[in-house]
Amino acid sequence: MSILLIAEHNNKELRPFTLNAITAASQIDSDVHALLIGNNCSEVAKALSEIPLVKKVIQAEASHYENFLPENFAPLVVKASENYSHVVSSANTFGKNLMPRIAALLDTSQVSDIIKVISPDTFIRPIYAGNAFATVKSNDTKKCITIRPTSFEPCETSGGSATVEKMDAADEVTVSKFIKREEVKSDRPELGTARVVISGGRGMQSGDNFKLITDIADKLNAAIGASRAAVDAGYISNEHQVGQTGKVVVPDLYIAVGISGAIQHLAGMKESKIIVAINKDGEAPIFSVADYGLEADLFEALPQFLEELNKLNTIQK
Amino acid sequence: MKILVAVKRVIDYNVQIRVKEDGTGVVTDNVKMSTNPPDDNAIEEAVKIKEAGKATEIVAVTIGEEKAQETVRKALAVGADRGIHVKIDGIIEPLAVAKILQKIVDKEKPDLVFMGKQAIDDDCNQTGQMLSALLNWPQATFASKIDIKDNKLEIIREIDEGLETIEVNVPAVVTCDLRLNEPRYASLPNIMKAKKKPIDELSAADLGVDAAPRVQQIKVEEPPKRKAGIKVSSVAELVQKLKNEAKVI
Ligand SMILES: Cc1cc2nc3c(=O)[nH]c(=O)nc-3n(C[C@H](O)[C@H](O)[C@H](O)COP(=O)(O)OP(=O)(O)OC[C@H]3O[C@@H](n4cnc5c(N)ncnc54)[C@H](O)[C@@H]3O)c2cc1C
Ligand SMILES: Nc1ncnc2c1ncn2[C@@H]1O[C@H](COP(=O)(O)O)[C@@H](O)[C@H]1O
Repeated sequence: MSILLIAEHNNKELRPFTLNAITAASQIDSDVHALLIGNNCSEVAKALSEIPLVKKVIQAEASHYENFLPENFAPLVVKASENYSHVVSSANTFGKNLMPRIAALLDTSQVSDIIKVISPDTFIRPIYAGNAFATVKSNDTKKCITIRPTSFEPCETSGGSATVEKMDAADEVTVSKFIKREEVKSDRPELGTARVVISGGRGMQSGDNFKLITDIADKLNAAIGASRAAVDAGYISNEHQVGQTGKVVVPDLYIAVGISGAIQHLAGMKESKIIVAINKDGEAPIFSVADYGLEADLFEALPQFLEELNKLNTIQK
Repeated sequence: MKILVAVKRVIDYNVQIRVKEDGTGVVTDNVKMSTNPPDDNAIEEAVKIKEAGKATEIVAVTIGEEKAQETVRKALAVGADRGIHVKIDGIIEPLAVAKILQKIVDKEKPDLVFMGKQAIDDDCNQTGQMLSALLNWPQATFASKIDIKDNKLEIIREIDEGLETIEVNVPAVVTCDLRLNEPRYASLPNIMKAKKKPIDELSAADLGVDAAPRVQQIKVEEPPKRKAGIKVSSVAELVQKLKNEAKVI
């Protein structure tokens, strides 16, 4: 048994969840090989080769791999997967977009978004927005698995010395074309890996009011999240959405402000270690998952919260 | 242009699901069922394209038990022209759905297939990508904007980093995000009219597809419950608890 792990990166560096995916892969079998597909991505190959859990790096480069188009990636992964029992990647938008295309070409029924490895063919995955956990056994000879990154720790990144093997690129497929990516650059920690997350919902009433949240995020070195309602209303951009159809976060501290706590939102945050809810409606369902609930008007509570944090005079790192 | 839209019948998103005591699944008896939410966006988008004069026919297809037909009927009531119901009982996996849809595409020859990005019951997020692989078509997943340009689509997709714009050739498979549009409600006259629209009934065997599950569901259980928390009476108390009790700030 050997595992082919598809690395997610931006041609310059690894995306952080690749490290969590490597941990998950290594729990299936210790023979983990990382497949790196990109363009001018030697730095990434080097980073992968230094990961102790990675036994070999396979690198394929071509200009048509620059933007991760699944139509170009999938045939190459299928070719590379010949001698592997499992193909693994993380279940973020990169893996969600790519893996099913590979699975269909391999005639494999994919297992999505696993949170636990029971054995090389048996896994636990959440269904119904995390309101049930299913234990499933894959009967396909070659298995395609995506992992929920927040359910696995990131692996060590130094001390390894795997060989880097080059693989020929597959022919370019031209049915789809990348045009542009609008990435919102920020100095804040990434939502998926932040130790503290503070999220705003429809109760924030406007994008400008998110300033109340940003100030606290600065103080706590927190990432900023949002409910779908806040994104739909245009208060904040889509990459901040937490939930069933957004991102899953498992920080040490999650602060939900003006969020009612719909099951689709809870799906993305209820595994957080400590949950705080600030809501003026004492009956809001968010209180049922909150370790500390504060029934208050957020426009009064948030400035006070900042003031109290300032009093503590500790900047969190 | 002809558009095929795949719609799935699922437990309504407002229902708090219950896990069966015997661990075989979740309770579905006497539970409200609806169209999978992003599939409503898929239908809506197809109807808007037709209203703009850029599509000639919309075919709604569902795969599932007898009652799944309601889902097709609802699609017809908001503007689909005809329906297809592939009857199957029990669990059906995305790969099997994709294979069935592939056969239907071979027969119907649509220019576009619209689907939801994710079914809210199995949360798989696979079927559209699988179908486009089987058809060897381009895929545009998690679409929050679709522009038709000659024989291409320009799509804005929601990704973890923000937004991405891609262009795909037609024919293509598009999976829709909830932010793509605002699905309309069916009017009473349209619901009446939909009753007269035709729905073809087929079986997986008719299409020559083996739909048997490859992934065995061993058990379904409730996730661990969080222990009940407390209400604090002031911001000062909250901060004190976070610092001294939870030790997270
Ligand atoms: C298929 C599907 C997928 C979905 N996916 C997601 C998802 O991924 N993530 C997600 O978040 N949602 C998702 N949703 C939407 C979800 O069902 C809810 O509609 C949404 O989470 C509600 O957002 P909200 O809590 O901000 O808004 P609301 O439910 O409107 O709640 C606003 C809250 O703010 C409080 N409030 C208002 N003013 C104040 C004030 N001044 N001070 C204090 N409190 C105040 C109110 O008491 C209320 O509780 C999905 C829905 C569907 C159908
Ligand atoms: N049984 C089904 N019948 C019709 N469409 C389906 C079915 N299952 C999945 N789909 C389509 O595939 C999308 C993604 O589903 P999934 O891959 O299961 O998350 C759904 O939003 C539907 O558009």
